[in-house]
Amino acid sequence: MTEAEFLLWVRGPAFNAALFIMLAGIVVRFVEILFLGRKTNLAQARGSEVAGGFYTTWRRMIPDADSFIRSGFTIIAGYVFHIGLFVVIFLFVPHILVFERALGVSWGGLPSNIVDATTVVTIVALVAVLLHRIKDPVLRMLSNASDYLVWLVTILPLITGWMAFNRVGLSGPMLIGIHILSVELLMILFPFTKLSHAFTLFLARWYNGAIAGYKGVRS
Amino acid sequence: MKKDQTLGETLRRQGVSRRSFLKFCATTASLMALPPSMIPVIAATLEKARRPSVIWLSFQECTGCTESITRSSSASIEDLIFNAISLDYHHTLQAASGSAAEQARETAMQENHGKYILVVDGSIPAANNGYSTIAGISNFDMLKEAAEGAAAIVAVGSCSSFGGIPHANPNPTGAVSVSDLIKDKPIVNVPGCPPIPAVITGVLVQFLTFGLPDLDHLGRPKAFYGQSIHDRCYRRPFYDKGLFADTFDDEGARKGWCLYKLGCKGPTTYNACATEKWNDGTSFPIQSGHPCLGCSEPDFWDAGSFYRSLSTPTENIGKAAVYGIGAGLLAGAVVGSVQRARKQSAVKAHQRVTIDDLDKES
Repeated sequence: MTEAEFLLWVRGPAFNAALFIMLAGIVVRFVEILFLGRKTNLAQARGSEVAGGFYTTWRRMIPDADSFIRSGFTIIAGYVFHIGLFVVIFLFVPHILVFERALGVSWGGLPSNIVDATTVVTIVALVAVLLHRIKDPVLRMLSNASDYLVWLVTILPLITGWMAFNRVGLSGPMLIGIHILSVELLMILFPFTKLSHAFTLFLARWYNGAIAGYKGVRS
Repeated sequence: MKKDQTLGETLRRQGVSRRSFLKFCATTASLMALPPSMIPVIAATLEKARRPSVIWLSFQECTGCTESITRSSSASIEDLIFNAISLDYHHTLQAASGSAAEQARETAMQENHGKYILVVDGSIPAANNGYSTIAGISNFDMLKEAAEGAAAIVAVGSCSSFGGIPHANPNPTGAVSVSDLIKDKPIVNVPGCPPIPAVITGVLVQFLTFGLPDLDHLGRPKAFYGQSIHDRCYRRPFYDKGLFADTFDDEGARKGWCLYKLGCKGPTTYNACATEKWNDGTSFPIQSGHPCLGCSEPDFWDAGSFYRSLSTPTENIGKAAVYGIGAGLLAGAVVGSVQRARKQSAVKAHQRVTIDDLDKES
């Protein structure tokens, strides 16, 4: 396979296959969760499920002062790489073009060199959380192979993307091809690993909030 | 023009001054990114170089490569250099035709056996030799015969370098490149559709001065194909700032912003257009407001649409998305039902513990 054929393959059949697997996986996980349903609560409602659901979905974004003292590093590094990923994925113009083609909607991007700097910060934050995971005895004990795999498939597109933008090491077609391939790997593993928290977190938070809301308490 | 004359003698006979000859050498040195100290070396070597015999074979091509080299501005030093090599066969440019032309080729091949430069433009049909013939000789046979006695082969244009447009899907003639067929001769690829005239002559000068040039992984001289269009593009600062033209006639286009969104293939294309430019350094496609098509890269014709940006998928993704969601709904319903049934049977099988059970002695 030549470089040109490789680039064409990752932009064509490989992208379609990854998109198919990702979407099918996301839908399977959602339907699976919804099919399981929840037990009927026989107690009398003392508050609104909906209000509680919305409140908790939002409130869980803000760390408590207590948890900040206990795990400040995890929270800060976690926020840094999550915001970084958001900027890199959704505010880089060549990426917006992909969303425009897939969804038909477009939005403004950031200057490419700001995204470039954000990529470096995100990579540093991800390396820091990995070191923390390895160093902390409790975290290390709780970690399994899947956690490390998830970390790898998250950082790979960032590294390959940074290399493609700064044109380091390989030829132009190879750099872009490898970057797209690393994104496809992420897309394929997305619904079947802990990465699925990106969409299941809303269901989980909603259930927690709704249960508390029904009881008339705040979660 | 005598064949054993040196290049220096030929140029002097044609009235080229020492000054313009050295100017040409300096331009060539800078084209090849060589230090100024190499200019005298180029001048001295070229001065003494014997006019090499060049046989130019044209196969499945459009004559665009020949047009390119002849359209280099009239009476330019490139033309003179080209006159100064002994172009013994070129069926578009030569005066002779028919059997006289073929005889000229055979004579040049015999007289300069092992020494001549073979220039090829156009691809070779591998599906059937009959698809393209010259004087009843198939392209493949003519290439094989001419390559046998050549010192080196210069594949001019994307067709002879990589197959080019004849090789484009569905490739009805089974078109292949020179390097697909000839394995035992040094081959220099000078791709482009067409290549820049100065690059064609530059490669010949480099060959005469230093021998075979340094080649990249696609067989292209690094001196001319070492950097991408994107890296040398004068519009690159707009890419870095995130300023793009959205259409061919919007404000961005008028202000000369980056053409990435309009499908520019600059980031994946290696050529000298951004530095050497066309028509005597006047302009190049991006400067005139059109995205780079990537014509010096293999399979450029099939690399997605010319006007679709590099980062986007090339195929219809709607179908994959709909099928993916459909398959997900089906699989989700099956998996969900199985789990639901399992949960219900677990609830049914649940045994309640009564006070009596607790009172029982174990």
